Amino acid sequence: MSNLFDLLVAGLATGAIYALVAVGFTLLWQTSQTINFAQGEFVMLPAFLMLAAMHVGAPFWLAVILGILLSMILLGLAFKLLLVDPMMRHGVLPLAIATMALAIGIKEAVKQFFSAEASPFPSIVPTGDVSILGHAVSLQSIGVLAVAILAVLGLTTLLNRTSLGHQMQAAAQNPTVARIIGVPVERMILLTFLINAFLVALASLLITPIYLAKFSSGEVLGQAAFIAAIVGGFNQVRGAIAGGLLIGVLDNLAAAYVSTQYRAAVPMMFLIAVILFRPQGLLGRAEERTV
Amino acid sequence: MKSTLVVGALLTVMTATGAFGQAIKLANVAELSGGGATVGTNWKNGIDLAIEEINAKGGVLGRKLEVSHADSQSNPGVARAQVQKALDAEPYVLLGPGYSGSVKVTAPLAAEAGIAQIMGGEAAELTQAGNKFLFRTSFGQQSSMPKVAKYIHDEMKAKTVAVVWVNNDFGRGGRDVMIKELDRLGSKVVADLSTEAGQADFAADVGKIKAANPDAVFVYLNEEESARILKELKRQGVTAPLMGETTLIGQKVIELAGDAANGARGHVGLTTDAPVDLVKAFREKFSKKYNYVPDHNGLKGYLAVYMVKATTEKMGKVDPKKFADTLHGLTIKAADEPGILMDVTFSDTGDIDRQSFLVEVVEGKQVVKQVLPKVK
Repeated sequence: MSNLFDLLVAGLATGAIYALVAVGFTLLWQTSQTINFAQGEFVMLPAFLMLAAMHVGAPFWLAVILGILLSMILLGLAFKLLLVDPMMRHGVLPLAIATMALAIGIKEAVKQFFSAEASPFPSIVPTGDVSILGHAVSLQSIGVLAVAILAVLGLTTLLNRTSLGHQMQAAAQNPTVARIIGVPVERMILLTFLINAFLVALASLLITPIYLAKFSSGEVLGQAAFIAAIVGGFNQVRGAIAGGLLIGVLDNLAAAYVSTQYRAAVPMMFLIAVILFRPQGLLGRAEERTV
Repeated sequence: MKSTLVVGALLTVMTATGAFGQAIKLANVAELSGGGATVGTNWKNGIDLAIEEINAKGGVLGRKLEVSHADSQSNPGVARAQVQKALDAEPYVLLGPGYSGSVKVTAPLAAEAGIAQIMGGEAAELTQAGNKFLFRTSFGQQSSMPKVAKYIHDEMKAKTVAVVWVNNDFGRGGRDVMIKELDRLGSKVVADLSTEAGQADFAADVGKIKAANPDAVFVYLNEEESARILKELKRQGVTAPLMGETTLIGQKVIELAGDAANGARGHVGLTTDAPVDLVKAFREKFSKKYNYVPDHNGLKGYLAVYMVKATTEKMGKVDPKKFADTLHGLTIKAADEPGILMDVTFSDTGDIDRQSFLVEVVEGKQVVKQVLPKVK
């Protein structure tokens, strides 16, 4: 039983990170029909940007801020202007393939310019335990969960409670009408790219102390987030959150109770079941588009 | 006609003098990228350092050493292709790979070509297949695991042990010998956990260890995974003492795992922290050249080249066909060949006998707690 509790906490902590990445996934899809197959590499890269900043002498806090800003410029602005905008004209599929190419490019570039070896990465949460319901729970797990929940709460507040959020919703649901009533659609789309870049940088900051900074670490994350987004409902932010948490927990339970060899297969089988029996995802609605 | 003869004679003279000073060609195939990049990079740097030293002192029997490096990408399939390519160039000796799985699939190729292969793999089975051309640079599992099991049983006094291993040739080989030895000594294995190479998340595995509540945990994973599981063990507050091999307490693991590595113990065939002057000198030279402290794989690569030197000088000629025969049963003393660092004897199967060490990580440093002598 205590084992199950530990597994759930660890699963939720990992799942919260998947959720952050999956939310970004759905945001890009909603506003610009971009399926970003480089999303995993987007999570891997900010950690290296932060490490690079530390390498030239910046303290950790400054490196984090610089890393997040650089990520927003590179993975938000530059990604949209240099890759998505030119490719979008040719349709969804060429763009999806271009993001696959980008994924390979980012991975190889990090391998080339940084190292093929893993590097340690400092944790923003101190190590240690607190007791919850008689169980020792690590501060790191709690910290990861807390930061992820805060980020998601902030995002949903932005989307649902502010005028800016409503404009983004409008731009996503019907760009033509939104444009007629004066919503700056292009700027709204750019904003979602920046938000996505911020979320992946945050996820990078949270996951890298556990997974280590390595050029290949985006592969697992990108896949998990993709599954999470589909399972939860590709057209709903709340679906991506639920999907992320679910995949995190499922992955951990599968590793513990099925077998480590099949841990990756269980979320996949779940994905197939969802596609077969509830193609719109657990929380998604058929034929609807909203952020 | 006359001019052709002159040119022919000239060419003959040129090739003859060329052959006289011709370099001895070695081929290295190692894990320069992928999961084993730490292993392969150290191994390669060790090789380069040794060759630079030897060439600076006039080479082997007056001939310079030369090495080509190829990347196996830590993938046995790629390793096989690279070794085949390397063998086609007819090297004097083949160096590497470091991963047991890659050694397993490449050893038959080298044996068929009749070229000696000096490698870094530690899986027990490698030298048990009757291959007459394969040589180790470190202990095989059949030599090291009994020492580790004995330590867990006698010194750690563990009645129950959790065994975590990586599901590849290296991990499985170690796990099999370990479980057999623990059973023989009377320590009970309460958790037998297989993990995947490249695994990132160890929460579930550590959860199982915690549930089994063992007196000691034996961790047998590759370097990066070792670092991740050490962090997770600390995160979940597992307090049972941790025992492993070189891969648990290596420099790279300590760097990656930070605090979480403290207290972990391991049996080490080779360590740059060995209380041996020649090893200390090696460590200094290596750190100076590459700006980082090498792990045991750096030592292995370095030793591999000095094995080539000592064997060749013993033969008194560069003869790839006789190389393996000469190295079998050979004892190389550090007093005669300082590059070999510690006295070593090679068996007829290519296994080695050498002193070894019991190391504990104390405040981020490897500290040698015991020296275990050479068996014979």
